[in-house]
This record gives sequence, structure tokens and C-alpha cells, in this order.
Amino acid sequence: MIAHTGLIFGRWTRASYRQPALIAFTLVQPAIWLLLFGQLFQGVVDIPGFGDSSYIAFLTPGIVMMTALMTSGWSGTSFVQDMERGVMDRMLASPVSRGGLMAGQLLSNATTTLIQTILVFAIGIAAGARYDGGSIGYLVTVVASMLVGTAFGSLSNAVALLTRQQEALIGISQFVSLPLTFMSSIMIDPAVAPHWVNVAARYNPVDWATIAARQALAADPDWSSVSRHCLYLLAFTLIVGWLSTRAFRTYQRSV
Amino acid sequence: MATHAVEAVDLVKTYPAGRKNPPLRALDGLTVSVGEGVVLGLLGPNGAGKSTTVKILTTLSRADSGSALVAGYDVNRAPDQVRRSIGYVPQKSSSDPMATGLENLVLSGRIFGLSRQESLQRARELLERFGLGEHGSRPVKTYSGGMQRKLDVALGLVHRPKVLFLDEPTTGLDPEARADLWNEVVRMSGQEGLTVLLTTHYLEEADRLAGQLAIVDHGRIVAEGTPEALKASLRGDSVHVELVDPDIDGSVRVLLGQLAGIDEIVVEGNTLRARVDRGATAVPAVLGALEDMAIPVVAVTVSRPSLDDVYLQHTGRSFRVAEEAA
Repeated sequence: MIAHTGLIFGRWTRASYRQPALIAFTLVQPAIWLLLFGQLFQGVVDIPGFGDSSYIAFLTPGIVMMTALMTSGWSGTSFVQDMERGVMDRMLASPVSRGGLMAGQLLSNATTTLIQTILVFAIGIAAGARYDGGSIGYLVTVVASMLVGTAFGSLSNAVALLTRQQEALIGISQFVSLPLTFMSSIMIDPAVAPHWVNVAARYNPVDWATIAARQALAADPDWSSVSRHCLYLLAFTLIVGWLSTRAFRTYQRSV
Repeated sequence: MATHAVEAVDLVKTYPAGRKNPPLRALDGLTVSVGEGVVLGLLGPNGAGKSTTVKILTTLSRADSGSALVAGYDVNRAPDQVRRSIGYVPQKSSSDPMATGLENLVLSGRIFGLSRQESLQRARELLERFGLGEHGSRPVKTYSGGMQRKLDVALGLVHRPKVLFLDEPTTGLDPEARADLWNEVVRMSGQEGLTVLLTTHYLEEADRLAGQLAIVDHGRIVAEGTPEALKASLRGDSVHVELVDPDIDGSVRVLLGQLAGIDEIVVEGNTLRARVDRGATAVPAVLGALEDMAIPVVAVTVSRPSLDDVYLQHTGRSFRVAEEAA
């Protein structure tokens, strides 16, 4: 499976660097979000009870996770393209490891997330965000963002295998990612959000990642919270990764 | 032909009802076998069950019931061994358009366990063989339809399979590309002893390419044999009469039915086909009868039985009509 993962990873990574326009788009979009929301909600730090004093510093880790989520929602479109041609059928009639077929594509997707995360931080810092936490804080943020990308990328791939339609996939992905973005602490400190949003956020994997990242970047991190949220996230990623690999069988039953 | 490369018995496959479609019984007890080194053509109109058969034999799909051995392995119990022994060229183009021809072939070779070096060597060899040598380093999306199809077949051969499945290999190709591909298939089975199972809805392709033919209709095999034997099994000649007006009330049919030595009359629109004992004596009789009744005729032709006649004989409709109905 590891050898096949490497081969499939190579295929997708090569394909993505041959589409420079697409890369540019996936990098420009988070930059716009960060600067737009940073300006738009600048005043929220003045609401009594808002923990942070710099909104751009508060927002940057949130935009990292939002970007990982939104970009990964598109992950399955590459599977749909493979199904529209005969590529998926040829692969599935070959001895390729199903796990490798899934993991290789997700790894390539996570690489995109990694680059986006670095870029969002670069812009955030250029715009004045400062963090007291050290390099471990950045490392936790990067890992958490890649887990978000992998988890939602594999959900997107599973939906692709089940629906086999570009329109259905994009519709479902939009339907899921907006509530996940807003029912979280990505843009607003939970202290000033309505109670029900906080309750919903507790079950939101994107929020787990955001909390872990903000904590790890703080001056005096609560490491137990960081590791707890990272573990939730890892478990979630593994479960949806396994489920989405099972979706190959469902696809094969329907062809 | 003691050993069989493919042996499928009583395959049944039903696709469940969708929102728009009623349940579809794609295979209804299909039994077929292919001897080693033979090119077998599954001939039938669209929707007859050809692709479904190939998908089950390549382990892509699973039959509801029935059993199948491919290269000696059971498709349900040993799918991985089956996958290692076969090459599969799906109906739709199966190359990655963003990668080059060479990259496509190398990736496929490596998935089958060849080393990087072996894969490269094999890929270059196949590109040469299919006349794609100069195009190996160009992305597949820049290839013509014929080039893509050749690459598809090459992709099915990288790992030197024992059995090659070709699902509608030449659909949509121009005559020249089609002839190229035919030559390559003939060469592979002749020189290398490769077993080939191909599906087609071209009568000409089946006639040219297949050593053995199995005619599929409504999910079953209705006739089997070499193209020559199938044609020889039809006695006499076949007569086609093209009328100016369609035979709506069936009067032409009745009229010709009264002549001696002519039977199995089938009318489809303006054309009327019949089987006659001897073409040379039947044509004047047919023309005379039509002239007596002042029925205008465009053309009358006599021919030795064709595969179309074989198809007509076994399914009760001509291939063209079956295709239009699908």
C-alpha cells in the first residue's frame, strides 16, 4: 500500500503543478479572505469579553482552517473526472491498493493545504499578527490544518464515489462547509457568540483544529487542550479516511 | 482447445431501480468461454450486456449469481490474481489526460509491480509499437482520438497480461485508426498467444477480427461459433429488396410468401429481406411478382449470408433495428 500511495501521490502532484492557474487561485483565495474578514470584523475585538486584542492575530489560524476545509471540498472533483473517463475503472480492475488510491490523492491534497497554510501565515504576519508561542505552535497549526484537509478531502472523495456527479459533489460540499465555518470560533471568540453556536462548535472538527492551533500559538498554551483536540481530529480523520476507502466498494457495486 | 482462458457460467446481473430507471436485468444467464490464444468477439447492440460481462470478468463489478474463471482464477474468490493476469481497456478512454503518454504507461507498470527501469523500458517499447514513439512526452490531452485509443490498449498490455479485455475498442475511430488497431490485435493474438475478449457492435469488426464469435441479445448468448460456421449454418442466399414505399399493409410480404423456395421474410420499413434456396432463380421470380402487382422497387440484391443475417436469424430483428431500439 505504501508503494502505491507514493505512485498515486506522484500522479496527482504532477498534475497539480501542471495547472499553475489553479495553484494561483487556491493561493489568492485565502489571501483575500484573510484581508477581507480582517478589515470587515476589525471592530469585534472591542466587544467586551473578546479575548484577543489583535483581530488579525486571532483570525489568521481560523482562516488557515477555513481554507483547508474549503479547498478540500473540491478534492473529489478529481475522482469524478477519473470516473467520467475510464481511468477509475482501469485502476479498480488493476491490483492497485484501494487504500493507496485514496491516501495518495489525499496526501497530494494535504500538500496543497501545507502551502496554503504557510502563505496565510505569511500574509497574517505581514498584516501585523504576532504570536508568542514558538515553533511548536506553528507546527501544531500546520499539522492540524493538514488533518482538516485530509478529513474533508476524504469525505469529498467519498461523496464523489457515491454520487459520481460534479454538480452533486459541489452542492453537498458547499452545503456542509459554510455551517462548519460559521458554527465555530474561526471568526468570533466563543465568549461573545450565542450559546447554541458554542454547543454546535464542540462537535465541529474544524473548530477542534482552530482551538488547538490558537492554544499552541499562545504565550502560555494549555497543552492538555491542544493534545485533546488534536487527538479528536486525528481520530476523526482516520475514521472518515477508512469509510471513504470503503466507498470504492459501493462504487464498484453500481458499475 | 482443452484449456479455457475465460469460462463464465450462468452470469446474472440486475441493476437496481434508480429514480428514473426501472430495474434492469443486464445479464440473464450468460454463459461463454474463450480458449487460450483465441480472439473472441462479443457481438451485440448497445444494451445487450456486453460491457456488463466484461466488467464482471475484470472484477470491476460482481454478478448476482453465476461463476467465472479468468486465467484459472475465480473472479469472486481470487480477484487479485485475476487482476494481475488481465489487461482491461474500458469503453471510455482510460488514460490520465494531464500526464504524458510515457508517464501513463510507467505508472501503470509500476502499479503492477515492475521496477522503474522495467516500466520505462516497457513503456518505450509499447509507444514504438503503437506508433506513438514521438509523442511519448506530450500530455495525453493533446492526443487525437485514435492516438488516445492506441495508448489505452498499450496501457492494458504494460504488464504482459494473459487475457486482454477490449470494450468497444474502435468505437468513434476513423477507418484508418480502426484498421491500425485491428492489425495490432491480430498480431498480438497470433504471435504472442494472447487471449482477447473484445466487445463490438460493428459487424465488420466482428467478422474481421474475431476467431470466435458470440452473439449477445438481452443478456444471453444466442449463437456461438466461428464467423464462417455461423454464416454457413444459414442455408441458401439472402435477398434484400428495397421498396419505394414501405409495405404498410403487409401485402408485399404475402405476395412473396406465395413464391416457391423463398421464406423467412422480414420486413423493416422499406426493406424486405428473405432467405432463398438459390439466388439466381429467386431474383427473376421476385422481380416478376412485384412487377405484376405494379409495386415499384429501388433495388434488389442477392448475397451470401452475412453476419447480419446470422443476427437476424437468431434474434428476429436486423442489427440496425436492434441498434436503433437500444
